[in-house]
Amino acid sequence: MTERYVLAVDQGTTSTRSIVFDRAGRLVAVRQREHRQHFPRPGWVEHDPEEIWANTQLTAAQALRDVAGAPGQVVALGIANQRETTVVWERATGRPLVRALVWQDTRTGPLVEELAARPEAALVRERTGLELAGYFAGPRLRWVLDAVPGARARAERGELLFGTMESWLVWNLTGGTDGGVHVTDVTNASRTLLMDVRRCCWDPDLLDFFGVPAAMLPEIRPSVGVLGTASALPVPLPIGGALGDQQAALFGQTCFAPGEAKCTYGTGSFLLQNTGTDLVRSRHGLISTVAYQLAGEPVHYALEGSIAVTGALVQWLRDSLGLIGSAAEVETLARTVSDNGGCYIVPAFSGLLAPHWEGRARGLVAGLTSYVTKGHLARAVLEATGWQTRDVVRAMDADSGLPMEALRVDGGMTTNNLLMQFLADVLGSPVVRPMVGETVSLGAAYAAGLAVGVWSDTGALRRNWHRSAQWVPDPGRVAALDAAYPEWERAVQLSIAWGERR
Amino acid sequence: MPGTVQSIERAATLLHAIVESGGQMGVTELAAAVGLPKTTTHGLLRTLLAVGFVEQDPRTGRYALGAGLLGLGSHYLDANELRSRASNWADSLAARSGFAVRLGTPAGLQVVVVHHVFRPDDSPQELEVGSVLPAHATAVGKVLLASRPALARALADARLEALTPRTVVEPAALLAELQTARARGWAEQLGEYRLGVGGIAAPVHGPGGLVVGALGVSGPVEELFAEGARPALRAMVVEAAAAVSRELLA
Repeated sequence: MTERYVLAVDQGTTSTRSIVFDRAGRLVAVRQREHRQHFPRPGWVEHDPEEIWANTQLTAAQALRDVAGAPGQVVALGIANQRETTVVWERATGRPLVRALVWQDTRTGPLVEELAARPEAALVRERTGLELAGYFAGPRLRWVLDAVPGARARAERGELLFGTMESWLVWNLTGGTDGGVHVTDVTNASRTLLMDVRRCCWDPDLLDFFGVPAAMLPEIRPSVGVLGTASALPVPLPIGGALGDQQAALFGQTCFAPGEAKCTYGTGSFLLQNTGTDLVRSRHGLISTVAYQLAGEPVHYALEGSIAVTGALVQWLRDSLGLIGSAAEVETLARTVSDNGGCYIVPAFSGLLAPHWEGRARGLVAGLTSYVTKGHLARAVLEATGWQTRDVVRAMDADSGLPMEALRVDGGMTTNNLLMQFLADVLGSPVVRPMVGETVSLGAAYAAGLAVGVWSDTGALRRNWHRSAQWVPDPGRVAALDAAYPEWERAVQLSIAWGERR
Repeated sequence: MPGTVQSIERAATLLHAIVESGGQMGVTELAAAVGLPKTTTHGLLRTLLAVGFVEQDPRTGRYALGAGLLGLGSHYLDANELRSRASNWADSLAARSGFAVRLGTPAGLQVVVVHHVFRPDDSPQELEVGSVLPAHATAVGKVLLASRPALARALADARLEALTPRTVVEPAALLAELQTARARGWAEQLGEYRLGVGGIAAPVHGPGGLVVGALGVSGPVEELFAEGARPALRAMVVEAAAAVSRELLA
């Protein structure tokens, strides 16, 4: 049988990557192009949607050319995208109305405070499963409608279209002004604050609350299922699926059963646990989100815990303190000592996300004595990632009651052996790393390939998943870290208290 | 344990004296600073010049620290950095070959495993990062020994342990094998460490061209060296090691 390939586009925060996978889930070709980050004012972060569209076309064409000589053919396209980034464009011209407001952009802070003060605000959490926060797309869309003269009226007349990044790309791929399909996948829609998370449709009350005209919204579609034909590529391909990047990683890690969880360790970290077809509402500071949906099947939900600063703390040790020359050297420095010397670092650089949601908390180094060396600091830096993961996992245990047999990990920090062993010890459960580290793009490829029959079902995808490494908890260390956990919790409380006094 | 080597001590003292002067020093000045006869000082400086540890201003004849010293520092490659850069290529080698992958760095006559990717069959396996392998009995070890001729010569005095009946313990035989490995750019292991376990490894070069590690696959001899599989596997290993070397240059 000739080989069949799937093309995945991973439209990320700093770059757009086009990756081709074979049927065994192995990476065959990679092309990447970075785009510009625009910072017009403090706290504002913007991307040019047209630049991203151009980079998508370019890298996809290059990746398709890379495998053109190989036996077999590319049969589908899948998309994974940076979540919550908001694009508004003109239906008639395809021109963006303004640059995209990126998920890191904090300009909607005052707007969200205003909205939160309204009596109907409780509706948001109830209907969406999310916190009313400027982190999500809805408030950004509202900001654009307020800021650009005449925008709301034009949106009501159907002249303006809204979408997250996958919407924008699908519309352009399927022809743009010439018959482009205006759709969004349900995982991305679940991050807008505009969707009823149970019924998976736009909620009229929420649209009223945010002042968003229904006419500009894309149609909500399953994550796995053909969205249209990407006629704009050199080889027209069916677009078989789309997912937000963290949901794509969950899919790529084949966490299809309730209780299965993955954490992606990058600058920040995102832990998602599949909770099955039942929506679990968090009482412990997590958010409820859509994990994925196969066409014709019920929606699968996930609990999500986002940690703002993990790898960024290692970068801080490197760039701001100059204690290490490269990120990997933190392990070398940390191994010069055998424990943290009583030192804890809470990296609340701009507040704490899950499970605390304390925007005013600020970072601190606790437990300094003259005994503490830079080696202890390096340990405390790595341990901060482990302790924060424990905070999130504990909240998940309390919310879902689903046993997490092992944590599946991916991302840049997983090459840090000391950290991975610490994670296993601090969680008291095995930590496993898959063979294919590119879980985000793999998840997008899996979604698209399932839709067109490259893989028969999720069982076939599971058989592709292989462990590349596993870290097993050491019972002695587990007990010692259990005993030390209250120290960490106390440090977190202090960092919150520090912020409150300012 | 023999005492310290006088000429090396003296050379180090000269280098320190140049550093303390904050720039350049003439041979007379240097001789006075370190309390040595001028002829001895001159001899030492000529050797340091030859290895690039000092440089001589052609106009004034005065000596300064050489670029060779700077190079020494930048050749050092952190083992964790090496793992981090090699990780994607090691994963891909394991996925494509179907065998476990190890990346080793030299530690005398032993090899330290700095990265280990499981064989992709989900069988029970333990992570071996940090463990030590005998260099003379493993493919990764032979690649590393072959890259350091001085170390290979030291083998002549070492007692090579017979770990299996297949272990090569005769220094001359091992040296011949290392020479071949060096010439071919890869080494093999056929049950010398553990009976029935084979390996194929190739060198990873650092930015300065020195061999900083060895990347290899290992598995049952009958699978690894199955009829027809060998050349393709060899090519994969060599290609992956070259990819890591390129990654280190970037």
